[in-house]
Amino acid sequence: MTRATPAATPSSTWTPDQPIVRLADVHKSFGTFEVLKGISLAVRKGEVVCIIGPSGSGKSTLIRCVNALVPVSAGSIQVEGIEVTDPRLDKLALRRKVGMVFQQYNLFPHKTALQNVMMAPIHVLGQERREVEARARALLAKVRLAGKEDAYPGELSGGQQQRVAIARSLAMRPDVMLFDEVTAALDPETVKEVLVTIRELAEEGMTCMLVTHEMNFARDVADHIYFTDRGVIVEHGPPATFFASAQDERTRRFLSQVL
Amino acid sequence: MSVPDRSGTGDVRTGALPVLLPFVRPQARAARLRPVHLWLLAGLALVSLPAWAQGGAAAPSPLAVVIKWAPLLLTGFAFNVAISLMAMAIGTGAGIGLGLAMLAEGRVLPRLAWCVTQVFRNVPWLVLLFFVMFLVPFQITVFGVRVPLPDWVKATFGFSLPVMANVAEIVRGAVRSVPNTQWEAAESLAFTRRQTMWRIILPQCAKRMLPPWMNVYALIAMATVQASIVGVTEMLTLTAQVHAAEGGRSELFAPLYGFALLCFFLYCYPIDRFTAALERRFETR
Repeated sequence: MTRATPAATPSSTWTPDQPIVRLADVHKSFGTFEVLKGISLAVRKGEVVCIIGPSGSGKSTLIRCVNALVPVSAGSIQVEGIEVTDPRLDKLALRRKVGMVFQQYNLFPHKTALQNVMMAPIHVLGQERREVEARARALLAKVRLAGKEDAYPGELSGGQQQRVAIARSLAMRPDVMLFDEVTAALDPETVKEVLVTIRELAEEGMTCMLVTHEMNFARDVADHIYFTDRGVIVEHGPPATFFASAQDERTRRFLSQVL
Repeated sequence: MSVPDRSGTGDVRTGALPVLLPFVRPQARAARLRPVHLWLLAGLALVSLPAWAQGGAAAPSPLAVVIKWAPLLLTGFAFNVAISLMAMAIGTGAGIGLGLAMLAEGRVLPRLAWCVTQVFRNVPWLVLLFFVMFLVPFQITVFGVRVPLPDWVKATFGFSLPVMANVAEIVRGAVRSVPNTQWEAAESLAFTRRQTMWRIILPQCAKRMLPPWMNVYALIAMATVQASIVGVTEMLTLTAQVHAAEGGRSELFAPLYGFALLCFFLYCYPIDRFTAALERRFETR
């Protein structure tokens, strides 16, 4: 695990006016099945980007490539100038910058909500426990879970668990947040409370990449929308133009089904 | 320990209605015996009685022989318990290491650990015991200091080998049973693999590992009598010696070995029950 070579490879000197996440011609195959067939996109600092598309179009794979949970087959991904596809990549350095929230929450079931939020800053970043606890309590209050600090994940509803998961990710103070269909496993009535939390984050200027099926949410919150189908980006644009005047036949068919 | 008077009516009542008695009554000792245990005692008495009748006036009764030698035999049993506890401690430590080696990244280490586990899991314990007894010298020299290795120490090592392999398999199985999404969540929070294992995965499966681990212990406790074959002076060896010392009378055979049987049963049965209770509790969670 320990490596003598320098940490993140500063292949280019990244400045905040450049895209914080940049994908260039990314390919990914599982065996002989090509899931991503040349994806290129760019996310600027503070932007909210939504990736939509039919099931099985590679959206989740795409977002998982950004924090190196899934290795790509070809192409380039850069996060703040760190080349994610570099074989000498310091994954830990990358993941300290990129937070991720999953469809199934994936909280640690043997830890309370507060402990879930506190673990990574203490053990990964080596921060002081008292300072982390204060921040964790503030984060839980921010996601409207004050009073639930000592509850175990099993005692919380899906929506509550997902908000703990968001707080857990935010506790690492990431520069980019990835959301992988975070409302797909929730009851309709709890979807809203999670979306409200994400919206607040977006309004505070957090850079967000979301894979979502919530079209109204995408329209309200996103700065840019990418539509993927069968491993390629079919069409993209700001929500106003994207929803009003989609050009491609596949996009129009998809939108007519989901809207 | 006194032998309960089986003819007294009071004794029959406590035996018949153990659950209705308050927990802290002075007689609670007899009341806590379950029907199964009393049945076994009765069986032991039954095999002893005809023997007693045949014994004649000159020879002491089998029961008297058992009572006379009980302190010595129980010392032997304590030795069995000590060997099993030490073998379990050593085997568990080594087994956790071996199990984690099977789960390690890379190619060589996991395969090597897997082979070691399979070998020690799939050979008779007695054969392992013989190997250790005859391959390990009776003393070793560490930094110029001679450390003697008595037979019981070697036997303890011998028993810890199958424990190690079984614990390794328990660890591997339990870790594998944790959903992959937990690894992903930990990874995306920048935990290292080692941190993920020790802080997130293992604490989650400790509960799951407990029942099979206790099961291994019950098995090893019962297996320690095999040490008598390689000359360790544990309970079974002592029982044979006592039998010989009492003239090898055939009517003493059942009572003496019955006593050994009873000791092991009374020790292992509660462990087995407790394990089953734990399993039920974790299942409903």
